[in-house]
Order: sequence, then C-alpha cells, then structure tokens
Amino acid sequence: METGADRGGDGRRPILELRDVDTHYGPIQILKDVTIEIYPGEIVCLLGGNASGKTTTLKTILGYVEPSHGAVFLDGEEISGLPTQERVRRGISMVPENRRLFKRMTVRENLEMGAYLRDDREGIEEDMERVFELFPRVKDRLNQRAGTLSGGEQQMVAVGRALMARPKVLLMDEPSMGLAPVLVAQNFEIIEQIHEQGTTVFVVEQNANMALSIADRGYVLQTGQIVLADTASALLENPEMKKAYLGELE
Amino acid sequence: MAQTVDARQALPERELVPSPPVDLGAAVKWGLIAGMTAVFVSAIGMVQAFEVRSVVVGVDLGYLVLFGAALVFGYAAARPGEQLEGFLAPERGVRNVAAGLIAGLVGGAVLWLFVLLIGAVDIRSVFPSVSPQLRDLLTFGRGAGFAAAALIGGFGLVGALGGGIPVLPERIRAPLVNALAWVLAFGLFEDLFAQIFRGAKVPFLEDLLYQPGGGLSLVGALIVFVLFFAVYLSTASRRETVRSRIATMSPSERRRWVGVGLVVAIVILAVLPQILGNFLSEVFDLAGIFLMMALGLNIVVGYAGLLDLGYVAFFAVGAYTTAVLTSPGSPRWSPEMTFVAALPFIVLAAAMAGIMVGTPVLRMRGDYLAIVTLGFGEIARLLFLSDWLKPYFGGAQGILQIPPLELGPLTFRSSLDFFYPIYAFVLVFAYVSWALQNSRIGRGWMAMREDEPVAEVMGVDVVKAKLTAFVIGAILASFGGALFAHKIGSVFPHSFQILVSIVVLVIIIVGGIGSIPGVVVGALILVGAPELLREFAEFRYLIYGVLLIFMMLKKPEGFIPSRQRARELHQEEMMQDAWLRKEEEAAAAAGS
Ligand SMILES: Nc1ncnc2c1ncn2[C@@H]1O[C@H](COP(=O)(O)OP(=O)(O)OP(=O)(O)O)[C@@H](O)[C@H]1O
Ligand SMILES: [Mg+2]
Repeated sequence: METGADRGGDGRRPILELRDVDTHYGPIQILKDVTIEIYPGEIVCLLGGNASGKTTTLKTILGYVEPSHGAVFLDGEEISGLPTQERVRRGISMVPENRRLFKRMTVRENLEMGAYLRDDREGIEEDMERVFELFPRVKDRLNQRAGTLSGGEQQMVAVGRALMARPKVLLMDEPSMGLAPVLVAQNFEIIEQIHEQGTTVFVVEQNANMALSIADRGYVLQTGQIVLADTASALLENPEMKKAYLGELE
Repeated sequence: MAQTVDARQALPERELVPSPPVDLGAAVKWGLIAGMTAVFVSAIGMVQAFEVRSVVVGVDLGYLVLFGAALVFGYAAARPGEQLEGFLAPERGVRNVAAGLIAGLVGGAVLWLFVLLIGAVDIRSVFPSVSPQLRDLLTFGRGAGFAAAALIGGFGLVGALGGGIPVLPERIRAPLVNALAWVLAFGLFEDLFAQIFRGAKVPFLEDLLYQPGGGLSLVGALIVFVLFFAVYLSTASRRETVRSRIATMSPSERRRWVGVGLVVAIVILAVLPQILGNFLSEVFDLAGIFLMMALGLNIVVGYAGLLDLGYVAFFAVGAYTTAVLTSPGSPRWSPEMTFVAALPFIVLAAAMAGIMVGTPVLRMRGDYLAIVTLGFGEIARLLFLSDWLKPYFGGAQGILQIPPLELGPLTFRSSLDFFYPIYAFVLVFAYVSWALQNSRIGRGWMAMREDEPVAEVMGVDVVKAKLTAFVIGAILASFGGALFAHKIGSVFPHSFQILVSIVVLVIIIVGGIGSIPGVVVGALILVGAPELLREFAEFRYLIYGVLLIFMMLKKPEGFIPSRQRARELHQEEMMQDAWLRKEEEAAAAAGS
C-alpha cells in the first residue's frame, strides 16, 4: 500500500492528507488538484467563498464522493476507497454544515449516536463526562429533544456528538454559520479548547478572520483550487487575502 | 445576557387572553357532516346490514351507527379548540351542549330530507340499497311525519349528549367514555364473551349479561357500565403514576418487566385456546398470522423508516416455499419435507427475496420507495400466477395437499391446535423486535430514519442497515406465510393480493408505528373484529379507510404510540410545553 508523505515541517507525518485530489459530481469537476496536509495537533482552516468546494473537500475525506484522481491518507494509510463507516472507525468525525442534529431524538441519544461504532462502555461514559465539562449546559438538557434546543445549544451538541467518536481528526463545516456574533466567538474558544485537549482540527469557514485567529495554518480554496497556503499569521497579513476575504477596504 | 433575563421576567406579567368560545356557526357545518354521514351509511346499505345485530337492550347496530354519527359529530362540534400560548383555558358549559344540539338537529334534518327524497324518487338504480325497507327503517315504520320528529329530535338529543362530553369534569369524562366503550364492546362481541364465559366454566354470566334475542340486557349493560366505570375511576391516578414510572424506567428494570410480561403472556396463551374453542381460535389464528407480518413490517417501516407497500411478496414467498417443499401435490418437484426440515429453506428464500427487493431500492426514499415496492408486491403475485412458472407453482390452480403442521411428535390440524405454533412464533418475534429496538442496529435504524447522510457520518452502514431491515422483515412475513400454507392446506396466487400489504400497513399505523403493543392490539382488533362481526365484511375496507384518514389527521402516532414516535409527531405540542415550562421557571425566578 502506498503511504503518506513524510515532508512535514519537522519531519513528522501528516495525520490527514489530501494529495492531488480531483473530485467530480458526474461530469462536473469541483476539486482540482487539491493538496492539503494536516499535522497532528494542528488547527488548520480551509477558507473559501460560496460554492468554492469546501464541503466537497470534507465529503471527499469522508468518502461521500470518491476522488477521480489523487488520494486521501489518514495517518499514512490510504483511506480513499474505503466505506465511510470504516473511515469513521479509523478516527475521523465531523460536525456537519448546519449542525444537522437528529432533531427528534433526545440530546443523550444524539451523543450516543456519536459513539455508534464504539464498544468500550467506560470510555464512552468518560467522553460523555468530557463533553459535559466542555458544555455544562448540555448536561441539563440530556432528555430534551434536540430539535427544541437553541441554535447555540445545538452547536454544542453537534460538537459533542462528533467528539463522542473520540476522533483523531475533527472536521468542522462552517461552525459559525447561523450563529450570533457572541456565539461565534464562544464557538471558536471551544474549538481551541478541544484542540488543547489533543484533537487535531480541520475547520472549514467563510469567516476568515475568526478562523485564522485560532488556526495554525490555512488554505484558501477558489473554484475548487488551492490558491493560497500559508501559516495563519502570514495569511492575515497577506494583501490579497485582506482584499478578498478579510473584508478590509483600502 | 442581562437583557434576556429581563425579558424573561417580563413574561409572566403579560395578560392571558380568553380563548375563543365554541363556534356555533361551525356546529352547523358539523351537523351537515353528521347528516351526510348518516345518509351515506344508509345509502350504501350499512344500516340495513347491521340491523341484524342487536347490541344493547334490543337496539341494533344499524341504529347505533346512525345515531352514533350524531354523537361523534355533536362531540366534534362542541370540543373546545386547542389551548394556545398566552390564552386562558377555554370555557366549558352550556354553549358546548348547544353546539352539540345544533349539530344534531342539523344532522337529523339532513337525514329527514333524505327520507323525503327516497319517498318521492326511486334512486335504486344508483344505490341498490335504498329500498322501501330502508325507508321503513328510517321512519321507524310510521311514516314521514313521525320520522321528522324522531330523527330530528333523536339526533338533536344524541348530539347534545355528545356536546356534553367536553363539559364533564376531566375526572369523570375518561372513565365514562371508557365504560361506554366497554358496554359497546360487550354488546358487539357477544360471541366472544359468551364463549369465554362458557369456556371459563362460568356460563351463568352469559345468562346474566345477555338477553335471549342477542345483545346485552339492561341489567347486563348496567353491570358492565358500573363495573368498568368504577375500575377506571378508582385507578385513574394510579395509572398515571404507573405510566410515568414506565417512562422513567432504567433499561435493566425495563428488561425485567418485559421478562415478566412474556411469562404472563405465555400462561395466558397456553390456556386461551381451551377457553376459546375452535371457531374463536380460528379468528385468533388469522389475527396471529397478520400479527406476525405486522411485527415484521413494523421493523421495516417503523424502525428503519422504509415504506414498503409490497410486503405481501414475502408472505407469498414463505407460503409457496412451504407448499413446494412439503406438499406431495407440488407440480414439478416434491421432496415432501416436514415443516422443520423445510424451515431453513424458507428462511433462505425469504432472505433472498428481501435482498432482491432491498438492493434496487437502496438509494430510494419516501414516495419513490413506496411506489417501487408496491410494484414488487404485484410482480410476486403475477409471477406465481404466470403460465411461465406454472410448471413449478401451478398457476391459478395453486398447490394443494399441503400436509398439516408437524413439529416432532406433535401434529397440528385444527384451528385450536394451530393457535399454539402461531402464537409461539408471535411471542418469539415480539421479543426479537423488542431486542432489536434496543440494539445497536436499532439505534442505527432510528438515526437513519431521521437523517440518512448524517447517520452515515456517525458510522452507520446504511446499506447494511437497510438490507438487514428488509431481510428480517421478509423472514418474519415468510413464517406467517409458512404457517398460513400449513393451516389452509393449499396456496393460490389469489391469496396474495395487494390488500394484504395494505391491511398489514393499516394495522401498524392504527396500532402505533414502531410500537410493539400497538401492533399486537392493532392486529387483534383490525383482523379479529371483522371476523367476529360478519356483517362488517362488506364494509371492512371502508372502515379501514375511514380509520386511516382519522389516524393521519388526529393521531398519526397511533393508539398505542412508541415513545419515540410520540416524540416525533407531537413536536409542536412539546415545544409549547417547553415554552410554558420556561415561563413557569421565569415566574419562579422572578418570585424569589
Ligand atoms: N451532489 C452534488 N451534485 C452536483 N453538484 C454538487 C453536489 N454537491 C455540490 N455540488 C456543487 O459543487 C460545488 C461546490 O459545492 P460545495 O458544497 O463544496 O461548496 P461550499 O464551498 O461548501 O459552499 P458553501 O460555502 O455555500 O457551503 C457547487 O457548485 C455545488 O453546486
Ligand atoms: Mg458548504
């Protein structure tokens, strides 16, 4: 089997890697030669406007669509071609766009679904406690139907649900979408907290300022191509970035 | 944050607005509906057909249905609307009774006009049941003048009674309605109860409750009413606590109670056929076979959310596999196996059929899935009927001479005998359903039904989950088919009409989708009752249809809902509850 690259900044191996990926929906090509490397312990963000292919990138990672060219690696092993649940089992989990909780199931059932593939009862209990520590409010609402939660609470449960899989890499698709500015800031604090506890995070965002403020590195996607890749601080200073994504007028 | 707290504290100070009073204009509309219903049941011959069954003190079922329309729609007219957020509880009083009265009077008037109409014009070419006898029935044999008084007055009175139901204090209302329902049940199912009394060696009860011409006697009706009223009244509060205890039970506790329930069920089922005798056992056998299918379809539709309208195909596969393998009359090839030897092949055939139906529809949802499976159901029947497969399955002549069921040294021939294997399988399947519900695959199904792509992201293998549901459903139905084949002794394509699929679906919808007790009760009533009330046979599907429409509009979660579904389908109410609770909390916070 082909193994992942070994060209990290300090010789480490990326935990998640997309290498030269092309993705099509039928005849339409969405991703063009996308290469992304995420190293253990990093927060990496993927920025881009509407329809630039951000969600498609995540779908490619999880196996919703298969790349027509190139491959995806997790921890050095190729995972493209594997069924979705196998990729989840190997340590990828996702907070989907718009949260997408199981609205008519209770909060507890939602969290339990996150641990669907796990058998270690004690570990699951432990992670449940960890989620309550991160989001004390979730604990008060365990038996409430997820659909009746406020937007902010739903976000907490969605993140909690993804963490219940005890992932190596957490994918987040536009976590700030549809949240009030206060909650957006809170949300990013939580991402940092999760990251400090040792989870690698790959976050897709349109809110470039916010994302770059917590990320180590960032990629910018434009009509399916990576047009910029740099450290977060460099991207924040990048004049093109400023004009196109950071909303600064000169 | 401070702002939100302020807003909350302000909430309880808002004035509550009185709910709108019962709409008397709408009562006229309900009256018209009542009248049209009465006319309809008369015109299609229901009233006449039901005349033969005397239910309570000489009142026959025909009149009961007729005046029942006044009661039901009188109640509908008088029922206060839902209490909305920020409104006071609706008032209940004379106005409700008046609404019921108006609905009854209008309904009676409509029916009376119908009587006049059929007196003047002969419409028998369109409605063959609209005969002079019907007119006699509707005029009580005394002419149009008397009919005007009797119908309008009677409907008005009954309508007012219906309108009075919501006025009764809550504490009495439920016991009263339930006790009346039991009186009706005892009257309708005289055959069943009388046989149970005889079988249980207490024949004097039959003489006490029922009168010689059929139906409950006055004394009998009173006894039943008082008994059930007292029981419901005295247990009302306890039932509530029991219900809430069940809702909050821990899984291990629940498991224990399910075990107890199983043991009780086994004991009852062991003695039941002896009490029921042969004829009633036959009725229960048929209900049991449908129950088996309903448990299977409940897994496919209720748990996994896959609307399969061609479920009869699996029933047919089970029956035909059994026929071919066990009957000496199988046309091409007859190994003449025993049931036990044939069993693995039946399971195999069913599983293959499940995969064959399941695979092509993996990516379909909702209505597309329903339509395609509907087609599969018909294809199965047509294949068994076809000339092409006639050498194997006998075409329209089917396969005859299927031997009686043998299990080891036991041979099951009579309906009474068959009761045992049928309900043994039912118990096993009910237990399997329950265990599946609480298993990993059960949770996967639930999530898949909610949101398929996200379930997949959680690691649910949706392909496997769907196929598993189809295969398990198919196996349960095929067992039903196998027992059916042994019991009847022959199979014909004609037995596997699309209506079987529909009936099974109606059972789970009316009982409560996803709810095992709901499915059990649904099958016993929807399949058993029409067998006991032969007059119903003709109108069976009409009644199913009405029931189905009612359920969809008013009780989509079924009569005995599963915990899950109740949550799903009463979302708005739940949200309202949550809102009210928040207000209470805010009020408490403001008070302290
Ligand atoms: N299932 C699909 N079939 C065909 N085209 C698709 C499909 N899903 C997405 N697309 C197309 O792919 C392109 C990229 O979509 P994608 O969802 O990846 O964008 P995005 O960057 O996530 O945008 P947004 O910020 O709006 O979520 C869009 O033009 C979209 O129309
Ligand atoms: Mg997107």
